[in-house]
Amino acid sequence: MAQPGRAPLLELRGIRKRFGAVQALYDVDFEVYAGEVVGLVGDNGAGKSSLIKAIAGIYATDSGEFRFEGRQVTIGGPNDTARLGISTVYQDLALCDNLDVVANLFLGREEARPLVPGVVEELDEVAMEQRAVEVLRDLAVRIPSVRTPIAALSGGQRQSVAVARSVMWNSKVVLLDEPTAALGVAQTRQVLDLIKRLRGQGLGVVVISHNLADVFEVCDRIVVLRLGRRAGNFDVRGASREQIVAAITGAEFGTPGREGTA
Amino acid sequence: MTSVARDPRLIADRPGVAGTLEGFWRRVSQGEIGSLPVVVGLLLIAIVFQSLNPNFLTPRNLTNLVLQIAAMGTISVGVVLVLLLGEIDLSIGAVSGLCAAVMTVLNVKTGLPGALAVGAGLLLGAGIGGLQGVWVTRFRVPSFVVTLAGLLGWQGVLLYVLGDTGTVNLTDPAITNLAGIFLGRGLGWLIGTVAIAVFLASLARRHRRRVAAGLAVGTRGGLVGRIVVVVGGILVAIAILDADRGVPLAVLILLGLVVFFDYVTKRTRFGRHVFAVGGNAEAARRAGIGVDRVRVAVFTLSATLAACGGILAASRLLAVNQSSGSGDVLLNAIAAAVIGGTSLFGGRGTIWSALLGALVIGSISNGMDLLALASSVKFMITGGVLLAAVTIDAVSRRGRQAAGRA
Repeated sequence: MAQPGRAPLLELRGIRKRFGAVQALYDVDFEVYAGEVVGLVGDNGAGKSSLIKAIAGIYATDSGEFRFEGRQVTIGGPNDTARLGISTVYQDLALCDNLDVVANLFLGREEARPLVPGVVEELDEVAMEQRAVEVLRDLAVRIPSVRTPIAALSGGQRQSVAVARSVMWNSKVVLLDEPTAALGVAQTRQVLDLIKRLRGQGLGVVVISHNLADVFEVCDRIVVLRLGRRAGNFDVRGASREQIVAAITGAEFGTPGREGTA
Repeated sequence: MTSVARDPRLIADRPGVAGTLEGFWRRVSQGEIGSLPVVVGLLLIAIVFQSLNPNFLTPRNLTNLVLQIAAMGTISVGVVLVLLLGEIDLSIGAVSGLCAAVMTVLNVKTGLPGALAVGAGLLLGAGIGGLQGVWVTRFRVPSFVVTLAGLLGWQGVLLYVLGDTGTVNLTDPAITNLAGIFLGRGLGWLIGTVAIAVFLASLARRHRRRVAAGLAVGTRGGLVGRIVVVVGGILVAIAILDADRGVPLAVLILLGLVVFFDYVTKRTRFGRHVFAVGGNAEAARRAGIGVDRVRVAVFTLSATLAACGGILAASRLLAVNQSSGSGDVLLNAIAAAVIGGTSLFGGRGTIWSALLGALVIGSISNGMDLLALASSVKFMITGGVLLAAVTIDAVSRRGRQAAGRA
């Protein structure tokens, strides 16, 4: 869904990545616009994770162009992408079960205030709790209390906390790796609603998923990877599930939607 | 503004005293037991020994008891820190002996002033801890192995430092006073009053800030309960100690360390990072926390506190010898932390468990000494208590998991 006159928030051109004898990514193009949810689908080994890790800066790419907000940028590592405003929520969520929601949202960025100025600082729990309540309310995340330890939350609530943490530090693009993989029906709904709210706030969202029902519900556009190449780019409004499956598996239909709108 | 949308399925405590008690019992039945077993255990121990020997609960014996646990409790504070990180430090006994020996040899044989000798002992402890911490983080050798090597190696250094002297006696009052003097009546009450004032002031300040920010505050019953326990505890303790010889300096040192490290773990960035690393080291690393720096710092603190405990023990014994820091010093310090309720699995526990656990072990040992039981019985009973404490931890962990709180 190219939006004429608007540059993509994030744009990758001709990304190549090779692991030994395996060409994991071959001339892959990828782009996300602000306020857009892009589904990244493909079979196992299609290159989804490699592409996400390339975007997150974990893998250095062999060649290709990386543009952010129209400017060409070079990515040296995860810190570079974080500075640009790209954040990633991996499947393991990286939360500390023994700490409460506030502590997890501020993990590594705790706010402190001077107790004895210049000598001793103590955690500013009041400021952190206020901000946590604000962030969770903006995203309409429902949890028992911001002082609940993560261990006491459901899978959907944990996913929501992890997503809230990734977007509360001025993120512009969020990458979600299988956000609904281990969730029940109600919890999946909670997370899909959260993704829609992120779009409403103008973020670019990339969702990796195996679940086509979820992808069709929440995404504006679907990019299909197959054997390390981009095998399709579909506007969900004009695409059928059969077309996506065909692109994933490589079955030939010659459907017009294939790479049609790219 | 006050809170996030509440889940309607959530059980909330009803207001009032009845609601507070109800919520307390619900959390206990779900395995959120905290220090409850150890407090119940202490009460049981007191009742049993007092009924067997009426001298147990006298001010004289209780004062002896707290003097006996000062060194163990101090070492145990360091153990709690290491356990919170999800690591173990087996070298603390040997380090406590070595640092006390170095302090003594410097003071007695080379004539270094007492205060400087104590400083040198503490510094040596910090250096040893730093070295072990760097070894664990730099070479990724499990802390169990590094500190086991330390247990053997530092004991060897202790023997080397003492040479063929065997026992060295301490006479310098700057050192022997540490575990030997008592604060006068007035001074004990003065310090107690200041402690209560600081406690109430910080409680009030926190409460005011939360109310001003529109955040939830605890129930009135919980607040009153906390004040009664802390203020009552301080007053009763000073009254008992004063009925004998006064507040021992060694006990004040132990309590000071407990309060200080309790504050550090709960209210500072460093403490938060210790809990984060103990809970999920990978998550902490990805959040930008210097996991290795935290680990090295904690091992440094652990060995420094071990040195501090060793110095208190030497000051009480008025000597160091070749068995300083060996025997049950290491195991008692670890047992105290675990009996007090700090989890062996990392990320859960409080510094207070060092004091509570040391009180349990100390009172069992003290009570059995009063009954003149053989040390064979003492070892067996202490072992049984340790096993019971760890079993309670493991069972309550299962209860937490069943209630979704693990």
